[in-house]
Amino acid sequence: MKEKKKTNWVLTIVLILGTVTVFFPLYMAVIIAFKQPSEMTNDVAGALAFPAKWSLDNFRQAMEVTDFWRSLGNSLLITLTTIVLAVLLHSLAGYVIGRGMAKKKSFRVIYLYIVSGMFVPFSILMMPLVKQTAQMGLGNRAGVILLYLVFYMPMNVLLYTGYMKNIPMALEEAADIDGASTWKTFWKIVFPMMSPMHATVAILTALGTWNDVMTPLVILSGTGQNTLPLAQLNFQTQFGTNYNLAFASYLLALIPILVFYIICQKQILNGVANGAVKG
Amino acid sequence: MKRKMANREKTFWAVTIPVLILFFTFNTLPMIKGVIYSFTNYRGYGTYDYVGFRNYMDLFTDARVGKSYLFTFKYALAGTVLVNVISLIMALGLNSQIRFKSALRGIYFVPNILGGLVIGYIFSFIFTYILPAVGDMFGIGFLQNSILASEKYAWIGVLIVGVWQAVAMNTIIYISGLQTVPQDVYEASMLDGASKWKEFWKVTLPLVLPFVTINLVLSTKNFLMVFDQIVSLTKGGPAQSTESISYLIYKNGMDGGQFGFQSANAVIFFLVIVAISIFQMTVMNKKEEQL
Repeated sequence: MKEKKKTNWVLTIVLILGTVTVFFPLYMAVIIAFKQPSEMTNDVAGALAFPAKWSLDNFRQAMEVTDFWRSLGNSLLITLTTIVLAVLLHSLAGYVIGRGMAKKKSFRVIYLYIVSGMFVPFSILMMPLVKQTAQMGLGNRAGVILLYLVFYMPMNVLLYTGYMKNIPMALEEAADIDGASTWKTFWKIVFPMMSPMHATVAILTALGTWNDVMTPLVILSGTGQNTLPLAQLNFQTQFGTNYNLAFASYLLALIPILVFYIICQKQILNGVANGAVKG
Repeated sequence: MKRKMANREKTFWAVTIPVLILFFTFNTLPMIKGVIYSFTNYRGYGTYDYVGFRNYMDLFTDARVGKSYLFTFKYALAGTVLVNVISLIMALGLNSQIRFKSALRGIYFVPNILGGLVIGYIFSFIFTYILPAVGDMFGIGFLQNSILASEKYAWIGVLIVGVWQAVAMNTIIYISGLQTVPQDVYEASMLDGASKWKEFWKVTLPLVLPFVTINLVLSTKNFLMVFDQIVSLTKGGPAQSTESISYLIYKNGMDGGQFGFQSANAVIFFLVIVAISIFQMTVMNKKEEQL
């Protein structure tokens, strides 16, 4: 690194002050979640003040109202299953299409067909999909997972196919000479070598599915199953004007992903940047 | 050797065919069905007839659809411009000689990981209770009532939330773009005595132009498809002034008995998105080639 360049302190301070734009809404969420309805005032100082006491009562109540643990369980189940299956299936597809493309035109056409799916908005698929999944008995959590696997396929196949350029053919040829099948070569040699891309795909897929409202909204409606965002939407009316209860619930919905972000911040930022550069 | 390569190809097809079937069944097939429904008067239940292009004709005269296109385009245009300008400035700042660089980058990315729906609810409270309180305190007239309740300003509320979240993502992309610019390019421009301002326009911007393309296409597409923020902030109101195309298709297509009509709307919407994306990529590619 070049040591001769001085730290730009003015800019540093401006950027630190700018984080208020990020923290302010979160700060409001926290203090409102801890306040009692009687503490809600209409003046600025009162609205920004700390709650009189830090009690977890609102959270306890919000958990009951929104059936928090079940919604959290559903969100975790859907997101984790989607990530695992996406990494397994999309890497395999990306490998096959990437290698096939180099030799055959038909794979090139298949690649373009799948990747062009990126431009298909959910709105056009939504209404027919609701009917179709219902007919196929997929109007449930499994259906949501399956749809995510299809919706994220264009982006993930694009990422994996692009990454194949970094994996030398020589390794596969050597394995082939040793008598390993293509199937085995992929799982034993190529798949482990794709791990930087696995991280990117897992993170991008996770952020998208965890926060998604529309797919569970149309597929899971009427099943009594909620994901975390969907629970916020469905129980919105039950909060009524009790903003404290509502905000406790919002905060509960935000905490899991915030904790995950704090733990894996570096990987997430690298993953997102990596995805953008390759994409 | 020949036999082995044939086996390899067999495995390739054994993987590709199921993947293609899966993709076709849940992406292409519903899209084809959507196109077919768009030629019917289907309400979402009961029987229906084919009505030819009537839905498409009606789309162009339907005031509510027209209004939703106007809102969505206004929102997407303002959002895309704001997000790209702000993110580029943020990225320049976060990529310069500052302290706490990684911590600051980490903090500025937080809005992107949070769900649009819940963030919308939080901002909705801020717009409805905090901003009017600030307006009262300082006597700022237009803030004294919730901007979300105003037909004229509600879209700005939605815009603020959309931009707040999108800037986080685009900043990261611009930072990775700026990191591809080799340091000696800056040193050369410094030796030439170029001002910082000139250096940005003549050196930095042309070199990160591919990233501008990515960001323009990404943010336009995301802004055009806005849904979560509408649900949590305005539900399309007041007086349908913030009804986005996605929201209208969802609302009237799913519960409004306009399955066929909104399918036609969705088909047009899809064509619009494709056309805009292709247009952006062609124009930007030309710009990149010129340099």
